[in-house]
Amino acid sequence: MAQVFHHSTNLISRLTIYGFFLLLIVGGFIPYWIDGSPYVTEANVPKVQPVPFSHKHHTAELGIDCRYCHTSVEESSFAGLPPTETCMTCHSQIWKNSPILEPVRQSFREDRSIEWVRVNALPEFVYFDHSIHVAKGIGCTTCHGPIGAMPLTWAENSLKMSWCLDCHRHPENNVRPKDEVFSISYQPPAHQLELGTKLVKEYKIYSLTDCWTCHR
Amino acid sequence: MESDPLEGAAEISQPRVIEPGYTISTVTDKISSIVLGQRQRPGWFLGFGVSFLLLMMLLYAVTVLFAIGVGIWGVNIPVGWGFAIVNFVWWIGIGHAGTLISAILLLLHQKWRTSINRTAEAMTIFAVLCAGMFPVLHLGRPWLAYWLFPYPNTMWYWPQFRSPLVWDVFAVSTYLTVSLLFWFVGLIPDLATLRDRARTRAKQIVYGFLAMGWRGSAVHWKRYEMTSLLLAGLATPLVISVHTVVSFDFATAIVPGWHTTIFPPYFVAGAIYSGFAMVLCLAIPLRKFYRLEDFITTRHLDNMGKIMLATGLIVAYGYMMEAFMAFYSADIYERYVTLNRMAGPYAAVYWCLIAFNVVVPQALWSRRVRTTVPALFTLALIINCGMWLERFVIVVISLHRDFMPSIWRMYAPTRWDWMTLFGSIGLFLTLLYLFIRYLPMISIFEMRSLVTETEGERR
Repeated sequence: MAQVFHHSTNLISRLTIYGFFLLLIVGGFIPYWIDGSPYVTEANVPKVQPVPFSHKHHTAELGIDCRYCHTSVEESSFAGLPPTETCMTCHSQIWKNSPILEPVRQSFREDRSIEWVRVNALPEFVYFDHSIHVAKGIGCTTCHGPIGAMPLTWAENSLKMSWCLDCHRHPENNVRPKDEVFSISYQPPAHQLELGTKLVKEYKIYSLTDCWTCHR
Repeated sequence: MESDPLEGAAEISQPRVIEPGYTISTVTDKISSIVLGQRQRPGWFLGFGVSFLLLMMLLYAVTVLFAIGVGIWGVNIPVGWGFAIVNFVWWIGIGHAGTLISAILLLLHQKWRTSINRTAEAMTIFAVLCAGMFPVLHLGRPWLAYWLFPYPNTMWYWPQFRSPLVWDVFAVSTYLTVSLLFWFVGLIPDLATLRDRARTRAKQIVYGFLAMGWRGSAVHWKRYEMTSLLLAGLATPLVISVHTVVSFDFATAIVPGWHTTIFPPYFVAGAIYSGFAMVLCLAIPLRKFYRLEDFITTRHLDNMGKIMLATGLIVAYGYMMEAFMAFYSADIYERYVTLNRMAGPYAAVYWCLIAFNVVVPQALWSRRVRTTVPALFTLALIINCGMWLERFVIVVISLHRDFMPSIWRMYAPTRWDWMTLFGSIGLFLTLLYLFIRYLPMISIFEMRSLVTETEGERR
């Protein structure tokens, strides 16, 4: 009887059998890589804003405290976006004719908010509270990155659940003394683990990883 | 196989596993002609058509379910597990007979299994497919069902490994994989036979592709024997473990009526019970329509009847112990649940279950009933219904009266529940009709060796 298949079918069948298992493994990781990549998370991608506001200039160079603009960060879940009046406290006096600040003045004249582009967006099914993090010794730059070095602001982290859990499972890796929370130049010391473990105990930080901690 | 003279003597008194007068080639002709025959009987088209219509009904019900949500079903608090879980447990139980026949009876050298194991294994796979569908359907967001698997994810979260619902995922998917492999490996020599006998190019290619280059050399057979023994060894613990894990879904919960240690053994016995009932429900019409009475003899029916009787008695013992322990435990909730089963609003379901699963099957003690085909078929149907009712009793009656009377609520299935149940039977039958049309429903090469062996005995 004549052969049904050509001799090369042997090779093809081996390739497909082994290839299937390879594909299964690789196929599991490809979505993982894509989902965690800046392409999806937009981490480290500077956002274009209506006014090219520079955190670098205002914080590192001028030394304005975070809370001057983000006023509710210590009391509220939301850190607060400054109203145009906050900008105008200075910019009614300095750079008051600068063309790039025209949207700010226009907003002030017309009493309409500037439409800033959101940089760090958590999904709506996540309950997040700034005040408790600040109160327990988590610094602004821990999550928001080297804000003093950002001419245009970008999100430093992916805000993926894996990133949240990383710290919620091991807060000692990130906690800092409370008086350093708003420092933009703070660097974790060499003995961070030792210090962190001490502070976790002192600040009574519990490793909260229940589902309902964030998904209420 | 070495034959013990005493064993042979015992077999003479019993009906044969294959009627005399067959040679190796007539066996091959008879079985392969069902698949390769030019024209299929009109009965096949009728049966397939009805099953396919039922399958389309399932498709419709599931589409509506996905579009609107589980609210179209009768489930609500406190009965959150309605028909979906009843059907899941029922189907997964039905699958167990196939594995028992193919794995355990193979290891125990039970020759009579040969002519029913292929169909029983196919039944296992189709039943597990039907079963596996239901847990996904009853999810609120079924498109996230893959969250049940520990896949690489950016949440850095595993499934809850302490939950038996996750063990279920592994138990059922392992079961499906092993059963599928076992079935396929057993099919390879027969697929090669079909490839060699096929007349059209298309059939040669399809069967040749599936036969994976089987030439029937001694090396092939040696490897084949080794593989099927290994797979049988792997499948054997699954007969016990899968339904044990399914019973843990209930037994680890604190719901009165579920929280009992007898659940694992009694679920396993119930699974084999319903599985053999389903094998009979399929084998009896098949042997009639395809004139396979010479291959599936009354000896087979008799043996399966005995297994049903044995497992049925274990199940009856389970019911008895459940009721006894409820009173012996002196736990008021357990007592209440038991009384509520027997005299509550669903009492009719409970007593039907006792009648179908315990009282009526006692007829199997009689050899005449076991060898009378219509009686056995009716009994098998009744037992299948009874086993479905058992799961209804466990799931619904235990849930509908929770600890607090303020949340007591009756459960009633909607037409979507019924459509999904009968639709899943449609899926099962459709697959089965395709199987008997395109694959040999009796293992050709095992029947050939059976012919040689019985010839040897006669000489």
